[in-house]
Amino acid sequence: MIRARLRKTFPARPDSAAFALDVEFEAAAGVTVLFGPSGSGKTLTLDLIAGFVRADEGRILLEDQILYDGTSGVNLVPQDRNCGYVFQNYALFPHMTLRENLAFGAERRPRLERHRLVNEMLEKFRLTDAAGRRPHQVSGGQRQRCSIARALIGGPKLLLLDEPAQGLDALLRAELYETLRQVRKEFSTPVLLVTHDLDECFELGDEMLILRDGQIVQRGTPSSVLDQPVNLEVAQQLGRFNLLAAEIKSLDPGRNLSRILVGQFELEGPYFPGHFKGDRVTLCVRPEQLTAASRETRPGLNQIHAALERVVETPQWMRLEFAGQIHVNMARAAYEEVRETKDWMIEFPTRELRVVSQSVTTHHRESVAGTE
Amino acid sequence: MAINWFPLWLSLRVALLSTAVALACGLWLAYLLANRSFRGKEVLDAAITLPLVLPPTVLGYYLLVLIGRSSWIGRAWEEVFGSPLVFTWKAAVIAALLHSLPLLVKSARAALESVDHSYERAARNLGASEWRLFWRVTLPLAQRSILAATALAFARSLGDFGVTLMVAGAIPGSTQTISVAIFNAVEGGNMTLAGTLAVVISAVALAILTLAKRLEPR
Repeated sequence: MIRARLRKTFPARPDSAAFALDVEFEAAAGVTVLFGPSGSGKTLTLDLIAGFVRADEGRILLEDQILYDGTSGVNLVPQDRNCGYVFQNYALFPHMTLRENLAFGAERRPRLERHRLVNEMLEKFRLTDAAGRRPHQVSGGQRQRCSIARALIGGPKLLLLDEPAQGLDALLRAELYETLRQVRKEFSTPVLLVTHDLDECFELGDEMLILRDGQIVQRGTPSSVLDQPVNLEVAQQLGRFNLLAAEIKSLDPGRNLSRILVGQFELEGPYFPGHFKGDRVTLCVRPEQLTAASRETRPGLNQIHAALERVVETPQWMRLEFAGQIHVNMARAAYEEVRETKDWMIEFPTRELRVVSQSVTTHHRESVAGTE
Repeated sequence: MAINWFPLWLSLRVALLSTAVALACGLWLAYLLANRSFRGKEVLDAAITLPLVLPPTVLGYYLLVLIGRSSWIGRAWEEVFGSPLVFTWKAAVIAALLHSLPLLVKSARAALESVDHSYERAARNLGASEWRLFWRVTLPLAQRSILAATALAFARSLGDFGVTLMVAGAIPGSTQTISVAIFNAVEGGNMTLAGTLAVVISAVALAILTLAKRLEPR
């Protein structure tokens, strides 16, 4: 279990703007994901915990050990922090074999125990055959496993992973997720993982913290975050939504219903706690939650009439892009049934609709951000 | 004509010793400059570079003041070893050191600093002390560049003339290094001897530079 409250500011430089990190969180067993765009302070957070960078203020408590405390001036060196760190480029020592790399991480143990531990880790991470080779002589997957094994060999109380899947092809990525799932099963070490990939949050994360400009703007399980982003910026950052300007026409908490106006169309949605009649909001719905059909076959409520602009084939879906920046993802077979349609209606499922407040800095041009 | 090869052997011995001393001191200084921040760091860096830009006469003058028979270092030396330090081949080693040390510190510092910081972070993260980090990670990773720099420093200390002449003199069979011997040969009109020695020292230097080039990391 780690509890951290961290503050670190960097003044503006000729080549970089000023930056302030101010976060507070705790992470228990399992995988906690730090999710955010580049420059949001994710890696800095890891570096502060590992002790590579000194915080200005705050406190880091790992189990019952204080790693850093701004008030009393405690600041343990990285050597004493008991945090395994898996670097983005793995940072395996190129002049040592995989076995030597692992042994380096266990050097504080007595010789016999070290030997046993290294063999055990080699076996656990399927590296025994490659143990005598150097990092550049082994496969990407072996390098990856070796760096994770090396970070774990000292028995850390926390494992830090800095964008481990960055730049990996799909195969290696799947292998990495498999390894990390194995780690989660066999080691009880809490994991803090940095990524800007939402799929990775769902693959691995028990909890996620969304960072933006040095602040945590939302936290929760990945599915709860995806179900209800806390504001428009988070919704844009998650990048999986149709974001449509809307106005709340009425709210009915008793029947758990609401009516919202999107353009000239009125839609029925669930009750939106915390919002008022007349609020200008952004309707937030995922392309795969929508269905598109011909006007004749699907007369009914909760539909918007829109012109189809183009159809894009993706590995998972057929993506129908309508005027007004509404995207609909349909399964290939479902699309085949309706492909001859001329006059399209898009159906909005009442229960799936969410709204977020329009924040001050609304970017209307990004209202549909990179849908799948 | 029988050629007296003593100056060549003396030069090689002087260069070898000065390079060994330069390597030991240079690595330590380079480590300080690359890893520590302290007051006067830039001044120290400049002071180490100074011999590369000052005229040999100035350096020779300073050395005479510093290790001459009336200086305390000179007197202490004489007290301990029974003979003066100046005008011996040992003074030639010190003269050569003035050229090999700056070269070595500069290149070794650059080599140490060029080691990817993530390796050092990784080593610290794995619990390695600064000492172990240096010997097991940073140095092995910088080793090729440092060896290349050492070869260069050796070649440079082979060729010192001015400072050596001022502090070690030109005593044949004792302190006459190859560059001094060539000067004396030319002065004495013995162009054959001068030419032979010049070709030999050039060949040695060329061989060492080729080696240095090969050592450089690709």
